[in-house]
Amino acid sequence: MNTGNTKVMNRFDVTARLIAKLKHEEAVIGGIGNTNFDLWAAGHRPQNFYMLGSMGLAFPIALGVALAQPDRRVFALEGDGSLLMQLGALSTIAALKPKNLVMIVMDNGIYQITGAQPTPAAGVADIVGIATASGLVRSSWAADEEDFERLVDEAMSADEPSLIAVRIDDKPGVGTTRRDPVQIRERFMHGLGVREPL
Amino acid sequence: MAIAEQQAQGTGERSWHSIVLQTLKRNAISLIPYVPDRVLTPLIKNLHADPFFTTFATAREEEAVGIVSGAWMGGRRGAVLMQTSGFATLANVLASLAVPYQIPLIMFVSERGTLGEFNYGQSLVCRTMRPVLDSLALEHHTITRLDELEFIADRSIKQAVTTQAPVALILSPLLTGGKVFDK
Repeated sequence: MNTGNTKVMNRFDVTARLIAKLKHEEAVIGGIGNTNFDLWAAGHRPQNFYMLGSMGLAFPIALGVALAQPDRRVFALEGDGSLLMQLGALSTIAALKPKNLVMIVMDNGIYQITGAQPTPAAGVADIVGIATASGLVRSSWAADEEDFERLVDEAMSADEPSLIAVRIDDKPGVGTTRRDPVQIRERFMHGLGVREPL
Repeated sequence: MAIAEQQAQGTGERSWHSIVLQTLKRNAISLIPYVPDRVLTPLIKNLHADPFFTTFATAREEEAVGIVSGAWMGGRRGAVLMQTSGFATLANVLASLAVPYQIPLIMFVSERGTLGEFNYGQSLVCRTMRPVLDSLALEHHTITRLDELEFIADRSIKQAVTTQAPVALILSPLLTGGKVFDK
């Protein structure tokens, strides 16, 4: 895997750094497993959506939100194993060019939650290379935490979709999302201003 | 001329694809991701030509389901177009996203695999569709008649939205003419 001199970071730490930067009710879609567990652990926000299944669909779900609400920034957090299931979505997003969509890939090269088995891509494929070749020209590895924050700042005002890949360690998620899908969906719709609470 | 052929070759306001397009528009469904099918070609072409719709291809059907699910939560309605073999890839996303999160996922499925199918694999895939729908107790209708299309599609879309439940509208070869062996 050609990740240059990128530092190995921590998913929860990086997620918390992202959340701390969100000041305008940005939407955040947390992919299946540890990715949304750490989003939950970073502190629930009404604009967070947590996936309890449908592995690989964090970016497509975020794309739908971005197309529905073009004036809101939409972030999607996805694991490398999940992304491998839906690489075609990168081309779909590149073709549609939603400027308000920011994709973040947490890459540890393993299926951590199932027993830390290596993914087929580990050691051979480059997520940023795949994304760039899929047409997402604003795709970068974050060199370290400071660089991650700089890339997020740039993505906030970018005029095309951005992808930020982060090398992370093999630690499990810090928390566990409350598994109530209807409540998750309803709160998210409240958070996006689509519905009023009862 | 057989009834099915008359229906399939219908043009203007009375063709099956015009009725589907107008029914989508009347129900404010504007986001249409699809994985194509030969039978759906005139519908897809007319959706692309109408600026009311955002119509685009996705690489997989479950990707399209994710997109319209996100759009629904963001306040925009969508529908997914696919063929039978595409539906066969959806059991996981139906059972882990659309149904438990109560998302009114609207699916139009062009039915392959029956009434003159020439590909054995397609006919086997077709047999998995209704058992999957029934196993999740999902609403589904097989539309065979042009004069029933608008009623079924319009009412089913409204029911999906108001009950927050997915619906599959299966477009039979009796309605569309289907795809026939031509070589």
